[in-house]
Amino acid sequence: MAICSPNRLSGTLKTWARTGNPWVWLTAGAVSLSLVMVFGILFLIASNGLRHFRAAAVAQITFAEGAGAPLLGEIVDRESVTAVRAREAGGRVPADATMVERFLIKRGNRDIGGEDFRWINAPDIQTLDYPADAYTVERLEWGNLYGRIKALHEGGTSVPLVELQPRLARVVALRADIDHLERVAIGGTNYALDALHRREKAQRKAGATPAALASLAAEEKALAARYAGFTAELEAKNVAISRDRLRLETIEGETREVPLAKVVRAYAPNQMSLRQQVAHYGASLWEFLSAQPREANTEGGVFPAIFGTVLMVVMMSILVTPLGVITAVYLHEYAKPGAVTSAIRIAVNNLAGVPSVVYGVFGFGFFVYLVGGSVDRAFFADALPSPTFGTPGLLWSSLTLSLLTVPVVIVATEEGLSRIPRAIREGSLALGATKAETLWRMVLPMATPAMITGLILAVARAAGEVAPLMLVGVVKLAPTLPLDGNFPFLHLDRKFMHLGFHIYDVGFQSPNVEAARPLVYSTALLLVLLIMSLNLAAIRLRNRLREKYHAAE
Amino acid sequence: MQQNSPQQTPAQPSLVPPGETPPPEGRDPPPHRVTLAAREVQPARECFGIEHLSLFYRDKQALFDVSMSIPEKQVTAFIGPSGCGKSTLLRCCNRLNELIDGVRTEGAINLRGENIYTRGTDISNLRRRVGMVFQKPNPFPKSIYENVAYGLRIQGIKNRRLIDRTVEEALRGAALWDEVRDRLHENALGLSGGQQQRLVIARAIAIEPEVLLLDEPASALDPISTLKIEELIFELKASYTIVIVTHNMQQAARVSDYTAFMYMGNLVEFGATNEVFTTPKKKQTEDYITGRYG
Ligand SMILES: Nc1ncnc2c1ncn2[C@@H]1O[C@H](COP(=O)(O)OP(=O)(O)OP(=O)(O)O)[C@@H](O)[C@H]1O
Ligand SMILES: [Mg+2]
Repeated sequence: MAICSPNRLSGTLKTWARTGNPWVWLTAGAVSLSLVMVFGILFLIASNGLRHFRAAAVAQITFAEGAGAPLLGEIVDRESVTAVRAREAGGRVPADATMVERFLIKRGNRDIGGEDFRWINAPDIQTLDYPADAYTVERLEWGNLYGRIKALHEGGTSVPLVELQPRLARVVALRADIDHLERVAIGGTNYALDALHRREKAQRKAGATPAALASLAAEEKALAARYAGFTAELEAKNVAISRDRLRLETIEGETREVPLAKVVRAYAPNQMSLRQQVAHYGASLWEFLSAQPREANTEGGVFPAIFGTVLMVVMMSILVTPLGVITAVYLHEYAKPGAVTSAIRIAVNNLAGVPSVVYGVFGFGFFVYLVGGSVDRAFFADALPSPTFGTPGLLWSSLTLSLLTVPVVIVATEEGLSRIPRAIREGSLALGATKAETLWRMVLPMATPAMITGLILAVARAAGEVAPLMLVGVVKLAPTLPLDGNFPFLHLDRKFMHLGFHIYDVGFQSPNVEAARPLVYSTALLLVLLIMSLNLAAIRLRNRLREKYHAAE
Repeated sequence: MQQNSPQQTPAQPSLVPPGETPPPEGRDPPPHRVTLAAREVQPARECFGIEHLSLFYRDKQALFDVSMSIPEKQVTAFIGPSGCGKSTLLRCCNRLNELIDGVRTEGAINLRGENIYTRGTDISNLRRRVGMVFQKPNPFPKSIYENVAYGLRIQGIKNRRLIDRTVEEALRGAALWDEVRDRLHENALGLSGGQQQRLVIARAIAIEPEVLLLDEPASALDPISTLKIEELIFELKASYTIVIVTHNMQQAARVSDYTAFMYMGNLVEFGATNEVFTTPKKKQTEDYITGRYG
């Protein structure tokens, strides 16, 4: 092959083409490109998102004369920039340097002043070390505090520092109690009181007997007594929780008093053993998954968003499956093939291409205003003018998304129906089954794998959808979950939180973008994993069914 | 076409000319009987009376004015070259053709004197009475047991013991029981082609139809399985009217009492099997039987 005439070369190319190898290379190349892209984005999200939960080391940095006061904080990012840019950003840059390395330091101590995050040029740094006694204190408000612990005291009397973690655990337990009291006990009583008031209003309108009103009043009194009991309990717990205080000294030399009640965690990351590191990682990951968000969603957990997303997707699936399957069955089994049927089919297919925000607008106008408004007037007139269903909520979101995804289910189901061999249908009919019986006993069971394929696609689309939801039910912060212990347990009228919207909100709407960034990655990773596990569950179900009817596909 | 109509075929087992009402049940058997040399003389009461049946697949006519009378509790074979309309005619007998878009049927088929091509016909009841085994075995993607039980379940039978018994009887009847008794709950698609063929026969006889339509039941089978099916047909003859489509002349001669030869959608000749095979009245028949055609 060393000396090839063009003729010879084209000849070799031709034989090569005839072997089919180029085709193999092309297809394999396409596959690897897709894999690289998918895994690339997953790796990006995962590597950034998973870093968020570790106990980051706290660095103490001192500067050369005149370059600033010393700093204590986490190094969250590093990059190389051109000297020009570094000079523009301020700071000293050696004259002969072309590239300058710089660090992004998270200083915390937002309540004390100065910026939370600061870029520092490497040439400015005189010393950089990781002091063992530097503490990170995660607070409920104002973000992290970095400093050295001076004292732990209980109403003025000092307590040895070894007591810190046990006392923190006590505070955490108390906080959970208080949370439960506020949300479940007091919230539940409030809910019951509300319902009672509505009933009273309705009864008065209907002209109730004094006896009935008296019984209502008695009920109200009992509830009020319960309410008072709970508030007293809450009061006591609030006193108990604010017993201990922590005194810290920041690097700037200021002393800060932090009530333990406001502390989530306090740890010295630089002296943590590996076991402690792992435990810390697990604990903060668990917090992320199970806790409520804090500080305008930039800290804390995303549990309500996970819950909202899953619940909405489940509701959507429950709504979209029958709708799509019935439509597909009609189109495929009953409708006479002709212009109208194909027009409907084309319309359905095109619906899949309508921008999702259009569905949101439609859902808002049709479901929320029209349907919801009418439902309110018909069934919840007592509560008016405050709307019950005439406002964005879980039900309308699920309905809107099921409209959005129904074409996918229809198309997949129809495909499945058309894959069932004619011979099987005829076999069933020849045994005396009617068309409906054949459909129920033979055709639909055999088409379930296809329906589930449709559902998988629908779920994948719906779980990642954000734009329409902003109009029909998702909020930044929902005070209550749509599922709780108060009758009727599933509150379809409530607004809810959603991971996709959470990403948007935290990433683009939060005042402190730098602080929120890790959370954006973690949330994105979580959303991807969530969709993946929903899909895997559906795929497993489909494979089980496929095994059962393995002629169907 | 009319020349092939039954009136002009002396060996015609029925005396009922098309258009006339057939004799009601219980009357004396028709005086004119078919006498087969090797076989016992049987009263050939009519099961299916096909009268001037024409069928169109959209514009394409597939059956041309077919008239014949299929006798009860006998085996009638349809023979003829591929594409001549044997399956089509067979499928007319349980009205399975009308599932196909654009099919139009003219004429009548009487099942024991009642026209099944009237509006009021209960089609599922008809199909329950007229069982069918298809040209290609089409077991359902369910267990062997469920395949056979399907027809019973459709009829709303829930009694487990009854279903168990019927399934066993049907499988025994189709000479399959011994091969599948230990794997009744395995998927039927795991059976061999011949076993599948016998399974669909079992499925058809489980609901005890009056008539069995067999469309080339042995086309895909080895000689031993074919023999089994032929033995089966002999046994089933006692209780069922059987119509069988076959490409195999020997098979037609072996199993059938009557033979209908079709060609290009026409019924060319219909008569007692030994007469059709030994002294065919039409040259076309003779040519086909002796293998002078395609
Ligand atoms: N669904 C259909 N649509 C249109 N034409 C059809 C259809 N089914 C059968 N035909 C035509 O009707 C004619 C008779 O077909 P049929 O299946 O009855 O033949 P056959 O005698 O059973 O042949 P074979 O021995 O090959 O099974 C053929 O010409 C065939 O092309
Ligand atoms: Mg055929």
